[in-house]
Amino acid sequence: MATEVTSDQNAGPVGEINKYDFHTETQAVFRARKGLDREVVEQISEMKGEPDWMREFRLKALEIFESKPMPKWGGKIDIDFQDIYYYLKPTEKQGHSWDEVPQEIKETFDKLGIPEAERKFLAGVKAQFESEVIYGSLKEELGEKGVIFTDTDTAVREHGDLLREYFGTIIPPSDNKFAALNSAVWSGGSFIYVPPGVHIDFPLQAYFRINAERMGQFERTLIIVDEGASVHYVEGCTAPMYSTESLHSAVVEIICKAGSRCRYTTIQNWANNIYNLVTKRAVAYRDATMEWVDGNLGSRLTMKYPAVYMMEPGARGEILSIAFAGAGQHQDAGAKLVHCAPHTTGQITSKSISKDGGRSSYRGLVRVERGAHHAKCNVVCDALILDPHSRSDTYPYIEVAEQDVAIGHEASVSRIGEEQMFYLTSRGLTESEASTMIVNGFIEPLVRELPMEYAVEMNRLIQLQMEGSVG
Amino acid sequence: MTDTLTIRNLHVSVEDKPILHGVDLEIRRGETHALMGPNGSGKSTLGLAIMGHPKYVVTEGEILLNGENIVEWSPDERARRGLFYAFQRPIAIPGVKMADFLRHAVTNVRHPERREGEELLPMREFRKELKEKMGQLHMDLEFARRYVNDGFSGGEMKRAEILQLAMLQPKFAVLDETDSGLDADAVRLASESIARIGRQKMGLLIITHHDKLLEHNPPQFTHVMLGGRIVETGGPELAIELHRHGYGRIREKYPEADAENRAMQQVEAGA
Ligand SMILES: Nc1ncnc2c1ncn2[C@@H]1O[C@H](COP(=O)(O)OP(=O)(O)O)[C@@H](O)[C@H]1O
Ligand SMILES: [Mg+2]
Repeated sequence: MATEVTSDQNAGPVGEINKYDFHTETQAVFRARKGLDREVVEQISEMKGEPDWMREFRLKALEIFESKPMPKWGGKIDIDFQDIYYYLKPTEKQGHSWDEVPQEIKETFDKLGIPEAERKFLAGVKAQFESEVIYGSLKEELGEKGVIFTDTDTAVREHGDLLREYFGTIIPPSDNKFAALNSAVWSGGSFIYVPPGVHIDFPLQAYFRINAERMGQFERTLIIVDEGASVHYVEGCTAPMYSTESLHSAVVEIICKAGSRCRYTTIQNWANNIYNLVTKRAVAYRDATMEWVDGNLGSRLTMKYPAVYMMEPGARGEILSIAFAGAGQHQDAGAKLVHCAPHTTGQITSKSISKDGGRSSYRGLVRVERGAHHAKCNVVCDALILDPHSRSDTYPYIEVAEQDVAIGHEASVSRIGEEQMFYLTSRGLTESEASTMIVNGFIEPLVRELPMEYAVEMNRLIQLQMEGSVG
Repeated sequence: MTDTLTIRNLHVSVEDKPILHGVDLEIRRGETHALMGPNGSGKSTLGLAIMGHPKYVVTEGEILLNGENIVEWSPDERARRGLFYAFQRPIAIPGVKMADFLRHAVTNVRHPERREGEELLPMREFRKELKEKMGQLHMDLEFARRYVNDGFSGGEMKRAEILQLAMLQPKFAVLDETDSGLDADAVRLASESIARIGRQKMGLLIITHHDKLLEHNPPQFTHVMLGGRIVETGGPELAIELHRHGYGRIREKYPEADAENRAMQQVEAGA
């Protein structure tokens, strides 16, 4: 089997440097050759030393991927799947403490300005760098409580039985073309198990980052919150900018057992050339609550619709999403709530901002299955358009197979008001300060839900977007 | 030299509709002027044009600050040079906290040379001052955490405008019906606020239909606007006369301006 060992793949020239546009030399230990076929998939599985069942899972997923057509809706996808590296492993071993993390990778984090947010919860942080979790450490107390928080590759080796019981059950490879792709070539991501009744009262965090040109990143996250337990998982991400297309296609599966609670917060700020095609889905059982908080900035095209399936009475699903589309960007984001049982409650709140010709779409589905009487669901989506070149669309789908339900839907599209601008500027704010303030105010109800450092980070990212210095 | 705001032959249109037809007015720092007149006569239009609202287009004439024509200046430049307009109808900015907005505004106005992205006033210093001034206006501190004018009652909005006046300490301020919606106590507090800034430090143009605010801030001059013109200027006694007897005498004396005023109001009613 051909194993290409390289160390020079990052040697290419780097364009103009700005805050989010830099490149750290990384000594890759191994990368699979470009392109995708059985051999590459087998190679990935072998490099990871995976059990047979996982190799079979990957190969089957590859077949499904090859047989499925590209989605016909959403945004324009222009990807040559044979022109992508599917696996890249940057260091030989995993670091377990900050000291063990290689200097150049620390520098990357420093440049991203992450550490302020990160150091605080250092013990709970996992970071992903070029397909592989290279650093992670787990708070001792979590270990004592029986909480598992590790990268998914390790989980396959060390918690194989637990993982296998749920892996691919919420989002099977057949779900969609990109879920199939991820299932075939996945690498990294987080695996979390919270035992019954355990509450984790600080957010578990992970940082994701794509660093190699033409390199897809296919992390795979699985979270199991056992009965009566609770967890808040946070991922943030800032990618450098390159001219060639990059693909990010993650799969996130979450199981909220009876009476449990899970919140999954994402802030993604991808480089302008990245396709961000992510499948996120959770199931919530009796009286469990699942909340997705999803902030999407940057990328060439994002297609992401976090979903909650409410399986038993009393289950709750809540989805908050913020999308910011700047020049050359299309955010096709939304949400999906499926009421499969009576007395289930859902809420979707979506805020989108379009600027400089950017396009944001809300695409949402609310489905009430037969028998799910007394389902309650409310959808609010607000769009803010900053200039006449920009665009916003709403595609709300509602399918109800039951009589006694309460479904609400409100949508609003507004342009930044002249009166608001005048009010603020007449008090001494410049036009750009005023519009940034109005935009931050527009998303405030969602930003308020973020942990403090992320709220600060979100406002800072919005400001950079407004100044046009990102993208 | 005393700072002077001079309005000279000002013509203003809104959406190509002429509203002001040649207004002349001169205010020196330290003077208080009352601007009165029936609804729709153009008082707010004058205030908004002075502050540079983009919809209120100056088609002729000048607005001079110490002899310099400011008609081309953006609203924020005007604010930084010491102009202030207290809105008749303040605008809500959902999601933006009063304190954050004010800290930004105060920083820019006090440091006109500040460039975007540079440091704001130190938080503690700002907080201390804000707390003090809110206390003087009997405003609850919680107020600073609310979103700008969002869900405020009429009285709360007007208090918030006075608070901004007190924080920004402009050279010239137009108070557009700031006393409407305020009870007698609140008007007294507002007047104390103005006194604290120092009436001699501000040129005030007070637009009002009531007499309380003027009682606390006796004007040296009273101007009456009708049909987009200042038709009469007098001393404090003119304000008292208009409060007692209304605009009947003025309307009779200036039938053309009166007709203009009625015509504008009809357009408004029809719109
Ligand atoms: N933004 C606007 N759009 C359309 N018409 C306006 C606007 N502002 C003022 N006007 C018109 O200008 C005239 C004067 O209004 P205004 O200045 O508000 O009067 P006042 O403050 O004296 O009551 C009115 O006929 C009003 O309809
Ligand atoms: Mg008015």
